[in-house]
This record gives sequence, C-alpha cells and structure tokens, in this order.
Amino acid sequence: MFIKQLSVFVENKQGALSQIISLLSDSGVNMRAVSIADTQDFGILRIIVNDIDLALDTLKDNNVIVRANNVIGVELTDKPGSLAQVLELLTAGGVNVEYMYAFVTPGNADAAYLVLRARHNEKAEKILAENNYKMLSDDDIKNM
Amino acid sequence: MNYCYQPEIEQAPREEITRIQNERLVNTVKRVYEKVPLYRERMDEAGVKPEDIKGIDDLYKLPFTSKQDLRDTYPFGMFAVPMEEVIRLHASSGTTGKQIVVGYTQNDLDCWGDIVARQLAAAGITKNDKVHVAYGYGLFTGGLGIAEGARRLGCTSIPVSSGNTARQITILQDFGSDVIACTPSYAMYLGESAEKAGVDTSKLPLRAGIFGAEPWTEEMRREIEKSLNIKAYDIYGLTEIMGPGVAYECSEQKGMHVNEDHFIIEILDPETHKPVPDGEKGEIVFTCLSKEAFPLIRFRTKDIGTVTHEKCACGRTFVRMSKPMGRIDDMLIIRGVNVFPSQIETVLLQMNLSPNYQIIVDRKGVLDTLEVQVEITEGSFSDTIADISRLEHELTDRLKSTLGIAAKATFVAAGSIARSEGKAKRVIDRRNLV
Repeated sequence: MFIKQLSVFVENKQGALSQIISLLSDSGVNMRAVSIADTQDFGILRIIVNDIDLALDTLKDNNVIVRANNVIGVELTDKPGSLAQVLELLTAGGVNVEYMYAFVTPGNADAAYLVLRARHNEKAEKILAENNYKMLSDDDIKNM
Repeated sequence: MNYCYQPEIEQAPREEITRIQNERLVNTVKRVYEKVPLYRERMDEAGVKPEDIKGIDDLYKLPFTSKQDLRDTYPFGMFAVPMEEVIRLHASSGTTGKQIVVGYTQNDLDCWGDIVARQLAAAGITKNDKVHVAYGYGLFTGGLGIAEGARRLGCTSIPVSSGNTARQITILQDFGSDVIACTPSYAMYLGESAEKAGVDTSKLPLRAGIFGAEPWTEEMRREIEKSLNIKAYDIYGLTEIMGPGVAYECSEQKGMHVNEDHFIIEILDPETHKPVPDGEKGEIVFTCLSKEAFPLIRFRTKDIGTVTHEKCACGRTFVRMSKPMGRIDDMLIIRGVNVFPSQIETVLLQMNLSPNYQIIVDRKGVLDTLEVQVEITEGSFSDTIADISRLEHELTDRLKSTLGIAAKATFVAAGSIARSEGKAKRVIDRRNLV
C-alpha cells in the first residue's frame, strides 16, 4: 500500500517557499508532514496533505509545477531502535532508500510515522508488509 | 533520382563558376556605377572605379548595401533600368520598417524561373507533378516566384495562395497535389488541421514540400515530414536579392546550394567585415550577378550563417550555405565567441524543455559568464534531486558543445521569467562596461 505525496519545485530565493505554503493554507489544505530537499539553486518541497485533490488543483491553478507520486507510509513504535530495524530490513533486502522523513500525530502518542521512497518502491513495500509493519493508506492520512 | 534542371551549370567545375562570376561581376559593377546614383556616389567616396574590379577577388573593394539604403531610395531609386523595361514589381512586407520595392525585367523573371526550377528538380519534382502553391500571391515574392519555377519546369501549378485551410485540404485531396510550397509554420498548421479533420495524409499523393520565407528548425522539419507524410526541403531567398530560390536544398539535405552563377555569397565577420573560413559563423552578404532591374552589391542580410565548399554527394558544385542561425542584431559576444539565442532554443527543443528561457550574461572579474535559466515543466520536473541535477548536467553539456563556450544551466519556477506582451525577455546583459 502506498500514500500520495506532493512534490513541488521551489526556487532557492526569498519568498518562494512561503508563497506556495500560503496558497495551500488559503485553500484550507492541512499538512501532515513536510520535508525539503535543497541544492544551491532550487529545492524540492515534499508534503503529505489531508486533501490531495484540493492541494493539486490549488497549485496547478496557480501555475506551480507539482507532481503527485507514490511513497511508503509506515507506522513505527516511537522508541529507540525502531527506525534502525526498518533500515536493516531494507538493506538486507537490497533496497536503496532515496529519501525519507518522519512525523508524529497527537492522536496516537505511541506511534511515529515514516515516509520513504526507495529506488525500488514496490520491493520496499513488500518487504515491510511481509514483516507485519502497518502501512498507511490515503484514507489513514485523511482521517488522522 | 538526383537529377538537375541545369546540370551544365549546377555541376560545373569551380573554375567555370569562377569564370562566370568574374565576367558577370565586372559587367554588373560597370552597370550600377553608370545607372544607380547611390552606387556611383559610394564608389567615388571609396575611391573605387569600375575598372578596378577585375573579378571576384576585388569584391572586397566594393561598398556594402544596407537595408537602410533601400529605404532611403524608396521606391525606385535603386533601379538600374528605365521603368519601360521593368515588367514586374514586388515588395517586402515591411515588418521591420518601411517596405522595400524591387523590380524585374523579362530576363530577371527568366533567371528567377530557372533557379526555382533548379530547386524543384532538386526535390525530385518533374513536369508530371502538380505543385500546390500555398505561399501568398501578390506583392510577396513567395507565390509568384514558385509559380515561375513550376512554369519553367513544366509542372502543373495550383495557385491556391495562402489561407482558407479547409479549402487547402480539399484541394490536396481532390486535385491530388504531389508537392506543396508554403511557409514551414503553415505546413505545421496544415498537418494539425488535416489530422483534426480526420484526413489520413499517408493516403494523399503528396510527397514533397518546399518550405522557406521564415526561420525553422530541424525539429519542425521532422514534425512536418511526419504529419504530412512528405520529405521537407528548405529554400532560402529574400525579396531584396530575388525572392525564393537564392539557395536550395538537394536530397542530401546538408545545407542549401547557392545559385552561384547569379549570386555571390560572402560570410563576413560582423566586427571586421573580413571573410571567415568555411564552417565559421558570420553575416551573410549577397551580390547579384545577373539581375538587370535591381542589382545589389554586397547586400548585408543581417542573417547569420556559414558556408562550405566541400563537395556534395549530389554532384552539384555550388557552395552550400547553412540555414540562417539568427539575426546579427540578436548576437551576443561572450568571451569572444558569437552566441545566438536561436542556438540555445534549438538545444531546449531537442531536450523537450520549456521554450521559456532567459540568457543572463555577466562579468565576474575579467571573465564573462553565461547562465541559461529555463522554466521547469511538468515533463522535466522529477521528484528527486538526482534526476533534476542530471538534466541540468545534460543541458550544460549540450549547451557547451553547441555554443563552444561553457554555460551554467539553471531551472527556475514555471512562469517566473518576466514576459512583456506575452513574450519572454530573452537576454539580460549585466556587463555594463562603460
């Protein structure tokens, strides 16, 4: 199972990020998780939102280049060693992680959520599912 | 397959072509000195007498003719024959200023017909073919120029002229046109319209197209060839010199053969006005050798191009010129290298990137820097930094090999390049070196 993530091209200049975030907040989109990857000239803003369609429409209507893509959302127990365990499993399975970030929710204080994308996304998802990790769905994200 | 309309001249040895050029240049110079006040004045100023011009090696002694000269002598000041000998007038569209009027004698029209017939034959067209002329008929040289060549070659011309696309498509189907002549952008439009109308172009007899009168790219050529299911030939011409047919492509499609028995082509360094070697870019300059009514000496086209004297596989011995690569007014000199925005456009097109770009030239210390900013598109944007970096590197590499100097490629957000009246401002030159 995968969840949808939005990736947005952001120029590395003052106000560029704030403009995009304002567009989303003005249209009532709620963000579950945010991450930014940056280079000298540009960055990629990656976000998990409660309403993917609304967010996509809002950004596209404003001429922002955005992509929705599949990433893995996995629930971990919020304690030392749980992330290490996930990475060991993936390494053992020969899976390369391209990027990841994590978030927590007030609704479930014992859990931490990991968002990750691997070069072989399907393979990574399969390994985690086989090891009985709880995988998040788009509905889970919406209802958090 | 590779037949010529006039092989005796199109495949003549170089010595023969030079002999013709020498003889005709001497005559033309004598004539313009006697008949055209502007040339007499310019030559007197430069201290050149007609007797000083013994052949093409003396060409450099002659003054240039500019577009402004033609405007200043509007309408008939450059005519070298009395009006009773002029049997046709044409005019340029005047898009960049006052229009230019040109005249033709009977002999001029005959020569024009010959050179267009050479072009048609080089595209494999015979008298059995029907030539659909969708260039405008009128003061513009396109329509009547192609018609003159078709008449000379003995093919059936269909003077559809421009516009009314639905009718063009009906005629292509019902009359069974074998060849179409029009502007490349109209050919693109015609292809799209045919598809929309549900017309299967592969079922049409149409097999070749003669396209010119505006800049176009190799990508457009492939597009047109695909959508109209034809082979597309490039033709170069300009009202001031003759109209269509000054230079023409053969089936090799490796540059356009210049009709050297009627015109001398020079490629000159834009700064020094000295000829540049084969393959190097410079301003294209033409001298007319056989024109009677409107013979121009060293007319500066402001187009940038190259020539090659290399032997062409088609057997023609005329030099080949490149497609014009840009206008001299758009040229940037960066680290001593001539750079044209059109070259950058070509690279972007090849890589399927956005046509919205900006060139930023700056000077860091003593070194000029060139940055090309391109708007990101959905097609070029990826979720990973690595993919975008890879694309930036590829663009950097391709720019370097095309321009001959290093350029930094940067992606910027969609819509971020300022546009004035819908068109993006292409060049920002921050080198204010006063």
